[in-house]
Amino acid sequence: MIPELGHFALACAVALAFAQGVVGIFGPSLRDARALYATPLLALSHFTAIGLAFLALVWSGVVSDFTVENIADFSSSAVPLLYRITGVWGNHDGSILLWCLILSLCGAAVAVAGGGLPASLRARVLGVLGLVSGGFLLFTLTVSNPFTRIWPPPLEGAGINPILQDPGLAFHPPVLYTGYVGFSVAFAFAIAALIEGRIDAAWGRWVRPWALISWCFLTGGIALGSWWSYYTLGWGGYWFWDPVENAALLPWLTGTALLHCAIVVEKRESLKAWTVLLAIATFSLSLSGTFLVRSGILNSVHSFAAAPDQGLFILALLGLTIGGSLLLFAIRAPVLAATGIYAPISRESALVLNNVFLCAIAAVVFTGTLYPPFANLLFGIQLSVGAPFFNQTVLPLTAPIILAMGVGPMLPWKRADLLPALHRLWLAGAAALLVFAVLTASRHVIAALGLAGGAWVVISALIDLFRRRFSTLSRSALGAALGHIGFGVTVLGIAGMTLAVQKVVVLQPGQSTTLGGYTWTLQDIHDAPGPNYTQRVADIVLSEDGAPFLTLHPSRRFFAAQKVITNDAAIHTNGFQDIYAVFADEPATGGAELRLNRHPMAPEIWFGGLIMALGGFVSLSDRRLRVGAPARRRKPEGAVA
Amino acid sequence: MRRWLFLLTLLPALALAQDMVTRDGVTMTAAQEAQAEAIGDQLRCLVCQNESIEDSDAKLAAQLRGIIRQQVVQGVPPRRIMDYMVQRYGIFVLLKPPVSPLTWLLYAMPALALALGGMAWLFAARRKAAPPAPLSEAERARLDELL
Amino acid sequence: MSPLRRRLLFGIPLALAVAGGEAFYVILRRMQANNYDPHALPSPLLGKRPPSFSLPGIAGMQGFANTDLAAPPKPMLVNWFASWCVPCLQEAPMLAKLAAGGLTIWGIAYEDDPQALAQFLQQNGNPYQRLAADASGTTAINWGVYGVPETYFIDKTGIVRWRYAGALTDDVVARYLNPLLAKYS
Repeated sequence: MIPELGHFALACAVALAFAQGVVGIFGPSLRDARALYATPLLALSHFTAIGLAFLALVWSGVVSDFTVENIADFSSSAVPLLYRITGVWGNHDGSILLWCLILSLCGAAVAVAGGGLPASLRARVLGVLGLVSGGFLLFTLTVSNPFTRIWPPPLEGAGINPILQDPGLAFHPPVLYTGYVGFSVAFAFAIAALIEGRIDAAWGRWVRPWALISWCFLTGGIALGSWWSYYTLGWGGYWFWDPVENAALLPWLTGTALLHCAIVVEKRESLKAWTVLLAIATFSLSLSGTFLVRSGILNSVHSFAAAPDQGLFILALLGLTIGGSLLLFAIRAPVLAATGIYAPISRESALVLNNVFLCAIAAVVFTGTLYPPFANLLFGIQLSVGAPFFNQTVLPLTAPIILAMGVGPMLPWKRADLLPALHRLWLAGAAALLVFAVLTASRHVIAALGLAGGAWVVISALIDLFRRRFSTLSRSALGAALGHIGFGVTVLGIAGMTLAVQKVVVLQPGQSTTLGGYTWTLQDIHDAPGPNYTQRVADIVLSEDGAPFLTLHPSRRFFAAQKVITNDAAIHTNGFQDIYAVFADEPATGGAELRLNRHPMAPEIWFGGLIMALGGFVSLSDRRLRVGAPARRRKPEGAVA
Repeated sequence: MRRWLFLLTLLPALALAQDMVTRDGVTMTAAQEAQAEAIGDQLRCLVCQNESIEDSDAKLAAQLRGIIRQQVVQGVPPRRIMDYMVQRYGIFVLLKPPVSPLTWLLYAMPALALALGGMAWLFAARRKAAPPAPLSEAERARLDELL
Repeated sequence: MSPLRRRLLFGIPLALAVAGGEAFYVILRRMQANNYDPHALPSPLLGKRPPSFSLPGIAGMQGFANTDLAAPPKPMLVNWFASWCVPCLQEAPMLAKLAAGGLTIWGIAYEDDPQALAQFLQQNGNPYQRLAADASGTTAINWGVYGVPETYFIDKTGIVRWRYAGALTDDVVARYLNPLLAKYS
């Protein structure tokens, strides 16, 4: 019963979404006032419909209704409650439904919070969102339906993929998707503005909070995903340049550029064409990322097992969305002429430089990710483009960005002198040079560069904060500084990780080994059962100078249902360093094969991401950014307008 | 007697791995292990999705790691070890494709992207660089009057 | 700049997107027609002779060496398999059918146990005229084998003409093997 209601709600959602789309886009052109007020209502009902459908699916998972094929294939009654709920989005069909849910949530948010927007703009924005939603909902309903039923139901479901049985699953996809999909709002704003034929400072101010909130979630989502792989996959890696990871990084890069551009449009009415193109590009990259992961074109650890047929449907959706928006962009080119001017050295220039490099990195990652299928298509060869390529090409490109990040906020608009700005940053420069010298002396050049760069960014941002004096500091300036500090901290973390040490060793109980200045002793191996798995745990004691200070319990879990073994790493952190042990194997000759690691500065990688996202939220709380907040106080007499 | 007992408690410490490491059945110095890892990081695990053979748990990856380490201990240069792998598995096994006319777009992309971006910036900057027209006599007089 | 030129300039992203879309479309169509598998590898042995090796027999069968593959009287298959491999089990009836049809198939058991192998052959039939054992997996690595089952087609001059990674199905035999047999017989 419930699944049928959910299915019905899904069908209603398709209709409502298309209604929202048509009314929203054509209503303002027809000068129909009813359309302007109907569209937000349609957006809210569309969201409600999808919400109900989603709840129906979650309910089916919770009660383990195996007549629903999706639940039978990807869940079982032995799975703990948290994962019966969150496992709904751990597979292809369920995650597409989550995608659609969040897309409708974006529309609902604009309907509710967009009161300060001109009615026709809001209607058009909702219209664009409605059409995009409609397309994806149609895809879900026809080709990728999570409510397909099977009869008779199996006695027990196939169970959840053991790697996904982890709290990370509960948070990573929703947060990531909110970021990913959230950029649909900036996209809709761009299209709406192109349709209307007007991009101005007001538009810049309206679009910025929406781009910012999506960016915060995307940053958080990527950081969570990276952290999750770190502690779940068992070899201490946190970024693999896997195609699906790249698919999330690409919109982040262009989204960051978009954020910075939107500031310039708002303040100076320049860079309009860039901003609109970036808004289109960011969401297009999100869409393309979705397509690539689900089509099976790319070799990836994350790929869902999807069919080329579904790939064709999504490709058609992409063609309409991306093709249509870029066509509109080309047709409306004259509208996008810039009106502001600025000197080669100015804050505008620094922001443009930042954009050029971010987009260059995006172009490199894009090319690298797609090169294997294209090389196969064009030349008939099969090649790999992996981490070594990306590390070598992307990392050098971040250097100019890091340098510019320190100086940029110091430069005034329109025209600036570089030397006074640099003069103010002498402390940051000195610190960076000092760090560089110290580390190069011990022959860790890459770490030296990275740590110096991170120090430069963090200290420059702090200098900027202190210079402005906290009393006159606006929240958006504080937010921006935090964003930069967060990035600097992440850079410090990544640089520190290049100094990580690892050892793979087979120990018998009672034996020890040394690594990273500590002595690691395997004390014991014992059993510890779990709800749907059996487990072997290794107890490891760490001592420094003979004094034990830490016990770790890495384990191996055997999931009977899927015949899969997972490694549960034991991680101990003190905020500046991670100690990481993995119970890799139990050889027939007895003892345990252990992978032991010491990771300096690892926590900083994700801590920095957290600070970046926090900075974004602080910036959002700035009253000036509230979308057209109506004046709450009457202006005092005689005040200058 | 007590001294012997004390030494006995240090026995586990004697199990400390020295400068020699054993991995995948091959014993070598730490420096050799580092070299082997550097080579392994460049090679793709063929039965996994997008992992290097160093990171992978697969049996084939372990065998290949063993072969690499054996060759490193024998003093085979890294270049020859990579060629050994490519000879058997093709260039797909390299995580960074060889530079060739077929991959020039890939390797040129950083410079290309920067060049395009730079051109776009120059283009935009030059269009707006024209300074305002100089003041005419009448305008100059008006300006003096105002100031 | 005139509006037209501006429109053309701003049309460049559109042109790139359309080109990309076309390319993806072609790739997807090929995947549908099973002409493109992103996970498949081309074998470097194509057009060459198998590498030097000599493997003992197993389960009472005679083993063979690369010299035995130098000039077969007619085109033949070398099939890498193992008793513990599920797709090999699925492929066994097809191999039996091909052998019954007169095709010479020599097998190499990859990292297999003699008793398990004997049981496998008893349960699924033995399509192999010769059966060697690669217990260590070293020869497999020299061949560029990265999983089982894999099948190599060797022509009368001893050159490898085709490698298929995966279980042979009716579709694969019809699409690839039969034309090869026609061409090289």
